[in-house]
Amino acid sequence: MIDLSKYRDPKLIQRIVEDLQNWNKPIKIMEVCGSHTMAIGHWGIRKLLPKNISLISGPGCPVCVTPSSLIDELIKMKNITIATFGDVIRVPGKDETLEHARARGLDVRIVYSPLEALEMAKEKETIFVGIGFETTIPGIAQTILMAKQQKLHNFSVFPAFKLVPPALEALLSADDIKLDGFLLPGHVSVIIGSESYVLLPEKYNIGGVVTGFEPLDILTAIKIIIEQVKHNKPAIVNEYNRVVNIVGNKSAQKVIDTVLTTENALWRGIGWIHKSGLGIRDKFREFDASKKYNITLREEEGNTGCRCADVLKGIIIPPECPLFEKTCNPANPIGPCMVSSEGSCAAYYKYER
Amino acid sequence: MKDDIITLGHGSGGGLTRRLINDIFDKNFKLPTLDDAVEIENRTVVTTDAHVIKPIFFPGGDIGKLSVTGTVNDVSMKGAVPKYLLITYIIEEGFKIDDLKTITESVQKAAEDANVKIIAGDTKVVERGKADGMYITTTGIGFLPEGVNLISKNIKNGDKIIVNGNIGDHTVAIINAREKLNLTPTPQSDCASLNGLVQLMLKSGNVKFLRDATRGGVATILNEVVEDTGLGIIINEEDVPINDAVNAICGLLGLDALYMANEGKLVSFVSGETSKLINEMKKHKYGKESKIIGEVTTEVKGVYLRTSIGGLRPLLMLESDPLPRIC
Repeated sequence: MIDLSKYRDPKLIQRIVEDLQNWNKPIKIMEVCGSHTMAIGHWGIRKLLPKNISLISGPGCPVCVTPSSLIDELIKMKNITIATFGDVIRVPGKDETLEHARARGLDVRIVYSPLEALEMAKEKETIFVGIGFETTIPGIAQTILMAKQQKLHNFSVFPAFKLVPPALEALLSADDIKLDGFLLPGHVSVIIGSESYVLLPEKYNIGGVVTGFEPLDILTAIKIIIEQVKHNKPAIVNEYNRVVNIVGNKSAQKVIDTVLTTENALWRGIGWIHKSGLGIRDKFREFDASKKYNITLREEEGNTGCRCADVLKGIIIPPECPLFEKTCNPANPIGPCMVSSEGSCAAYYKYER
Repeated sequence: MKDDIITLGHGSGGGLTRRLINDIFDKNFKLPTLDDAVEIENRTVVTTDAHVIKPIFFPGGDIGKLSVTGTVNDVSMKGAVPKYLLITYIIEEGFKIDDLKTITESVQKAAEDANVKIIAGDTKVVERGKADGMYITTTGIGFLPEGVNLISKNIKNGDKIIVNGNIGDHTVAIINAREKLNLTPTPQSDCASLNGLVQLMLKSGNVKFLRDATRGGVATILNEVVEDTGLGIIINEEDVPINDAVNAICGLLGLDALYMANEGKLVSFVSGETSKLINEMKKHKYGKESKIIGEVTTEVKGVYLRTSIGGLRPLLMLESDPLPRIC
């Protein structure tokens, strides 16, 4: 067991916070991962930083970037158990959430592990909603392997998996990007390793720090990025080396590679991103809900005017979006950044108005 | 988004529940108060509470004990001394008579512990599959001592906020039992009648307002007080008593103990000298871990948590039940 108290040492935190006050140029740092957004909120870190250091939330909330058409498709299912992680049930589809559909009689069950869905499949046809990044993907891939071993033909997974590095590249490929550095995800990097981000400095001249979720982790990472910007030496630094290594978790990667394969993926508010998701390999197609039930996801309907993509790129802050507060709010979100409490727009709506 | 039918969120005690009460119940009933309990005539206080819980037996209690302590506490938070309970069972066809006996014994024991009498009741049986085993409704009657008038309008800038012990225990005990997480040592519900502690508190300090931190937890109560009074609140993370198991579960599942339901915890607003009050509370069996967690202030609008590293985190009113997060 790691003693976390040393990563919360008020004296050390005070020292870094004082040090950060010396930086007086504007700098935009994106925390890619939703859990970082939560940790930053949890510890009240924004309020400790000078105003010129802004932290913006990236596309790293898996629920937020899932197209709403997935919810619409799931809601149409008859006589099927829909097993899902909890935070999916309040994601709005076109006019209904899974929670609302459950109240109408749809069999929607919250699970803490995909293995629970295997148990459900022993009684009834079950779809597990495969939402997540590299962190949760290995567990779900392993579940598919087990379903095959157990010949559980009642079980399938809808693959809406997303990958972090291609999403970052897609963001950076836009000419108008206004970011100075990344706080790179801790949990995801446990699986994929810190080497997965080398293209950021090499190709896009931007640095990043793989970091943990304690206040000292986050503040140290911010400090490192500022140093990189100051000296114009972008690099990938692994601050979270107590759990993240260079190459990642090879056995988890093997499970992913056995069951899943890279595909283009649809991101809510952003659109299609090349090779940014994972689909289920043909060998396991009987467990692929998208094939079993012939489900395809559609982009959000029409031109909504939503500027989430620009928020994610750091071009605008949420209140500059014409929909913000007016037609888009947490009870009725249009873009991914408003969907979950982890999103930039939702955070602005709650804390900064 | 559709909101044409009841979802579980409407029962969460958060914003959705509030809208249901305002738009439908209060609109028709024109209620004298939206408090859990109400004073009628001759300093008589009444309350009613429905108890639905899964599993009905859990570490630290069962639905029988809960149906007594919950109602006793609602009467007690007005400062009243609870005396009588009326109890209604709604039982599902197929329910074991032995379990019914155990639960009823548990009701009686909890009533004796709280010094209240069960004076009447009703029984209904519904078809299999309709009542999750059993539901219990209890109505409580109590009497307000002379001079006691606990209302949120009494709360002033500078008042201290005290809780009587660790928060989140009940919710974690239920999650552990329901989801079969097999935590060791097994987390226990804090389910307890607080009428004794409340009367002791009223004698020992200048208590202005009390609420039991059930559905929605401590954070929801603080938000309701802020809404009622227009004052601000800052609590200190380091001072909020939370045991390690609860902290661990919150970290794992992405939940927040400040929003978790308790069944034996109260939040009190106290002015003036508090050390004598805290000392007396600590002598009581349900107040051993009592602590000042923060204070009422005009420095901020809303409810804030000062984190252990000195940051400020807003504690917002939730719309609905908190959900475990993916990662």
